[in-house]
Amino acid sequence: MRPFAYVRADDVASAVRAATPAAPQAIAPTSAPSQFIAGGTLILDLMKLDTMRPERLVDINGLESTLGTIRPGPQGLRLGALVRMSQAADDPVINRDYPVIAQTLQLAAAAQLRNMASLGGNVLQRTRCQYFREPSWKACNKRDPGSGCAALDGVNRKHAVLGVSNKCIAEYPGDLAQALIALDAQVETQGPAGARTIPFDRLHRGSDTPEVETVLNPGELITGFVVPAGPWTRRSAYLKIRDRRSYAFALASAAVALDMDGDTVREARIGLGGVAYRPWRAHEAEAMLKGKPLTEASAAAAARAAFAGAKPREHNSYKVDLGQRTLVRALMQVSRMEIVA
Amino acid sequence: MLDDDNGPDQTRRALLKGVAVSAAVAQAAISDAPAGAATAAQPPGDQPLATVDLTINGRRERLTLDTRTTLLDTLRHKIGLTGTKKGCDHGQCGACTVLVGGKRVLSCLTLATMVRAPVTTIEGIAASDGTLHPMQQAFIDQDAFQCGYCTPGQIVSAIACVEEGHARSDDEIREYMSGNLCRCAAYPHIVAAINQAKTQMEKA
Repeated sequence: MRPFAYVRADDVASAVRAATPAAPQAIAPTSAPSQFIAGGTLILDLMKLDTMRPERLVDINGLESTLGTIRPGPQGLRLGALVRMSQAADDPVINRDYPVIAQTLQLAAAAQLRNMASLGGNVLQRTRCQYFREPSWKACNKRDPGSGCAALDGVNRKHAVLGVSNKCIAEYPGDLAQALIALDAQVETQGPAGARTIPFDRLHRGSDTPEVETVLNPGELITGFVVPAGPWTRRSAYLKIRDRRSYAFALASAAVALDMDGDTVREARIGLGGVAYRPWRAHEAEAMLKGKPLTEASAAAAARAAFAGAKPREHNSYKVDLGQRTLVRALMQVSRMEIVA
Repeated sequence: MLDDDNGPDQTRRALLKGVAVSAAVAQAAISDAPAGAATAAQPPGDQPLATVDLTINGRRERLTLDTRTTLLDTLRHKIGLTGTKKGCDHGQCGACTVLVGGKRVLSCLTLATMVRAPVTTIEGIAASDGTLHPMQQAFIDQDAFQCGYCTPGQIVSAIACVEEGHARSDDEIREYMSGNLCRCAAYPHIVAAINQAKTQMEKA
């Protein structure tokens, strides 16, 4: 690990100040010299690998009293960015009213990591692509723009099939993001230019600029998430398919929320994980399900639509089939959930 | 920056000598500074240092550390508490599990400067008279290890698993202990040990 200066922030304003570059720089936030650290589970791993090389870490754990709360209300759910994964996973109100959120967290990582990792950091977790993580591979457009992509013709069994380009096929590894994108969450931030709110589905950028992963600016801090209430949030669940039963990243996953009128779908909300370059909303599948009875056949047709644009490579073509089956199973399970009024 | 765990000086004898010296230094350094205070002393470029106050197994330690020092390396190399093990050093195996503020965390992905709450390691869980914690005794009774390298992390994690209320069934134990790998595959016995200790911990 390279040397770095370490500072503790006492409040949001001082955290942003400490992490804001002295002069405006056209630089990807992940390459900025100053980085925030909360749980540290992502950044310290990547610093040990020499994949991230910050010169200064701004410790925001002291902001937990303001950014560490869960506030459910009639309009929706507010999650502070420093809520730990385990805190939200075990929260009884989230489990009852937004089960898909609780489940994405319960099925992610392991107990120790969930006690450490913050929700804000969780949605910004970086790909597990081995050619990105290990800097001895020369070709990685994410680490070194213009250097190429070793994964295109390398071992790409775990890589993405949706939202990929010839610059990058890295998979987005997170789970919580699939629930937040499905439920139309908003991201609240505080940055050098002040506060702003970003729709969750605009937070992550596409694979045309692999080195710039989000729309955040250097020094901009996620302070929380707002998940709007809706008739679909209680009838929701997360299905995650992995190489081993626990403590593994998704090969394919589906976050599904349904508003049902008998057997008919009033509204469907679908996020897909493990298969896409970024958190993925399956709008085409949602549109096909809306207003129609939900059957195995209609679910399968919607799943085919969700993967119509898939671009598999040599080792990951199984994800097209696995991803569709995962979505179908999730839809059928969610439609059969018993909702206690 | 730090000696590698497998470095030439890490014989058991050198280690024992080191423990005696660092314990003496640590005792001499205890002061009244607020627990958890840390400051970065130098600009980047040279080896930035931080003064770190830690409470480990009820004992206060004041240390000046390279900012890069993890809690794991601090415990093993600076304090001399080598019960906490370094497995992968990347948050994938659980061998380095300790309690911070009563919660199980991975000390390999925690910087010492970040720690704000008291730390409990495997050395701090037995009673002061030496009576083993029920979880330690259960691991012996149930033969819940073979080589033993993952065992300190397993025991610390298992205590937290019971205290969190996530040990209500064998399935739940397996799920909530999945962050602690055991390459000897003592898993069935580990589940048995947690069930045994759970009963005693709930009575206590």
